[in-house]
Amino acid sequence: MKTPLLAFNDKGIYCAQADVYLDPWRPVDKAIISHGHADHSRWGHKKYITQHSNIPIIKYRLGDINVSGKDWSETFTINNVKFSFHPAGHIIGSAQIRVEYKGEVWVFTGDYKTEDDGVATPYEPVKCHTFITECTFGLPAFKWQPQDEVFAEINNWWQQNQSDGRTSVIFGYSLGKAQRLLKYLDTSIGKIYTHGAIENMTEVLRPQLEMPKTTRITRDIKKEEIKGNIVVAPPSAHGTPWIKKMVPYVTASASGWMTFRGARRRRAIDRGFVLSDHCDWQGLLSSIKETGAEKIICTHGYTDIFSRYLREIGYDARTEQTQYEEENAEQTSKPEDE
Amino acid sequence: MRQFAELIKTLDSTNKTTLKVEALTKYFNNAPDRDKVWTIAILSHRRPPRPVNTTLMRLWASEIANIPLWLFEESYHIVGDLAETIALVIPPSSASSEKSLSQFLQEIIDLKPKSEEEKKEYLKENWLSLNYYERFVFTKLITGSFRIGVSQKLMTRALSKATDIDEDILAYKMMGDWNAAKTTYTKLILEENEEDFLSKPYPFYLAYAIEDQPEDLGDVNQWSAEHKWDGIRSQVIIRNNELFVWSRGEELVTDKYPEFEKFVGVIPNGTVIDGEILPFPKGEIGTFKDLQTRIGRKTVSKNLLKKTPVILKAYDVLEWHGEDIRQKAFKDRRAILEKLYTEVKSDGLPLHLSHTIQFKSWEEAAEERERSREVKSEGLMLKRLDSPYLVGRKKGDWWKWKVDPLTIDAVLTYAMRGHGRRSNLFTDYTFGLWDEKKEELVTFAKAYSGLTDAEFRKLDAWIKKNTLERFGPVRSVTPHHVFEVAFEGIAESKRHKSGVATRFPRILRWRTDKKIEEANTLEDLKALIP
Repeated sequence: MKTPLLAFNDKGIYCAQADVYLDPWRPVDKAIISHGHADHSRWGHKKYITQHSNIPIIKYRLGDINVSGKDWSETFTINNVKFSFHPAGHIIGSAQIRVEYKGEVWVFTGDYKTEDDGVATPYEPVKCHTFITECTFGLPAFKWQPQDEVFAEINNWWQQNQSDGRTSVIFGYSLGKAQRLLKYLDTSIGKIYTHGAIENMTEVLRPQLEMPKTTRITRDIKKEEIKGNIVVAPPSAHGTPWIKKMVPYVTASASGWMTFRGARRRRAIDRGFVLSDHCDWQGLLSSIKETGAEKIICTHGYTDIFSRYLREIGYDARTEQTQYEEENAEQTSKPEDE
Repeated sequence: MRQFAELIKTLDSTNKTTLKVEALTKYFNNAPDRDKVWTIAILSHRRPPRPVNTTLMRLWASEIANIPLWLFEESYHIVGDLAETIALVIPPSSASSEKSLSQFLQEIIDLKPKSEEEKKEYLKENWLSLNYYERFVFTKLITGSFRIGVSQKLMTRALSKATDIDEDILAYKMMGDWNAAKTTYTKLILEENEEDFLSKPYPFYLAYAIEDQPEDLGDVNQWSAEHKWDGIRSQVIIRNNELFVWSRGEELVTDKYPEFEKFVGVIPNGTVIDGEILPFPKGEIGTFKDLQTRIGRKTVSKNLLKKTPVILKAYDVLEWHGEDIRQKAFKDRRAILEKLYTEVKSDGLPLHLSHTIQFKSWEEAAEERERSREVKSEGLMLKRLDSPYLVGRKKGDWWKWKVDPLTIDAVLTYAMRGHGRRSNLFTDYTFGLWDEKKEELVTFAKAYSGLTDAEFRKLDAWIKKNTLERFGPVRSVTPHHVFEVAFEGIAESKRHKSGVATRFPRILRWRTDKKIEEANTLEDLKALIP
């Protein structure tokens, strides 16, 4: 049996022919990185290769690393294996990694979503033979509304809280979700305040993204000043003393997990907005179809259920274990929030 | 329906009690009377009987969603609520229905006798034409229990704000056996009607568990103690030569306990006694297991009546000569009860008195508490001598002081996803104890409570990473974690693999300090059987 082009081992997704890893979870010599979230771009590799937009993010998080940037679709060759980055639409800079050797094409999605959110470069389907896909929300219960509708609800909610004399506190991951929120909050309602973790990441991204003015909440900011405005904070800030400054406040979370009433109630959040940076059920199915791939490998999410369904509808699908943070409804923070 | 669905959505969108009460009050001020009655019925768990079984609903929903049934079932295990799963998987619609809540409920009632095809057609039509929240509420009305973080107490508070009627009076009006399809808002809530009150019990006064030391309750001379019996808390009502027996769950259970018919004609009309129904086989108090043979039966055979008769252990009297005496001091009510008991007691009458004890010191009380298992009680009840009979669970005048539970260290072997607040989270656990050779873990109990939310989350993450096998919603996990499991009682059982049945098992502590080899054996557990 010939060696597969990409194999899963204890360090990551390995391309033996080129001797490189894709999004490895243990230190390696050469790593090709899909995007800046901490579970995909980890510390300790000797060399990082990624799409240009990710470089400031990864450098901000990991310090002075040896990293080289590529353009979208720019092909680079390592020992006759052709690699290129293609937009994944998950967060700014997020890329699918295309790998081609002797006419065989594999694509690894990293994390992705099909909806164009106006922040990340929109997802582009890439033809391939084998498609390695995440399936964080790989259940038919997940169906996203268009983001315009969700943001209209979020802005209404803010407006309502303001007229009730309350401050709105909305939780979202500091890289990705936070900037997406910032971009669409209606600043005619009031001012946007940010938690330090979010302000820091946003500052890193401002040269690449147009976003409204934000104000970092520091010790000097007066309580009265914040009242009626909106505060964007990482999920880990929920239930900490930091939030007391916002009293009286109402909380909301913007996440795909807010689909489940139980997930919101359990975390004692007032309002849940279903807003995700991953594909919903239909998004996964349609993008798989568009790749034309026959072989599907499911990495993280509801892998067993999703791959069983894929097999039933005629794909050669299987699951592989990875160490990408199984993002789930219980997780309160991504590592970069800390 | 729109109004009711909006109410549910608002209640669902906040964790703050004041905002929930506000939303409910607003609803009670604005909704049509018919809808109000149904809302009260639904929020007090009086929904119409389920017109379609859930197996069919699952099948039909998966058909309409165009997904295989197994995928629907998997989704249901993860979502944790059937109505929510159905509302999520069916293709979205943005329509809203003009029909009122009461119209929907009438249709649901009328649906029951119809054919399977008609039922399917009806569900399909509504599922496809309602928006997400209305679809969820509609399905919930059919599947049952509306647990949306609104207690009956909270609803009563809102209703009181909307009507200016006292909460306790409303609680009384809403008790008992009324049918939303047959009553009106005026009759149920607004009107005072003597005849309706014939069968009505009083809201039960419930005690909290004592928090610290009984010494903190002050002077022991102000307190009366009695054993806390382990049966069914009930009110027995004699009015107009009729008997009514109510359980604490507001269920009318008169027919289940025919031996109490003997009270009619002996206990004077206009009497309500608060007591505990206890099994009394062979002329002595039995175990709760004995009582279970009676609880489930709708009709009681002569044989069973003979084998497991019941008695009423009387605690208190709430109505005397037709007068509500709940405001009298406990000691005065007890004087009436004891006098009544002395006058009517006889060998054949299934009325016993729960004897009160006055202690000279709290130490003496503590000694009596230690005897609880011997006398088959769960511990002591402490009641302030001058306390009125209050409504619902209140702190201050009454306390329960249960005996410490029995405990054993067991190993987590299986986990299942929870429901409602705990959906998608592994919170229902199965525990095992070592067999004789210390080779195998034998399942002995399941427990769902006792961990903090943070501990649940931590254990959930661990379970997801340490699953050995999956059986639908259940996972077997690597034996690794030891928990101290507490329970109230223990008895031999042929129905359990372990040969032992425990009562109220729950997690007391996560023994992170213990290795699985240090967990207890089945023999250790059996040694606890009295």
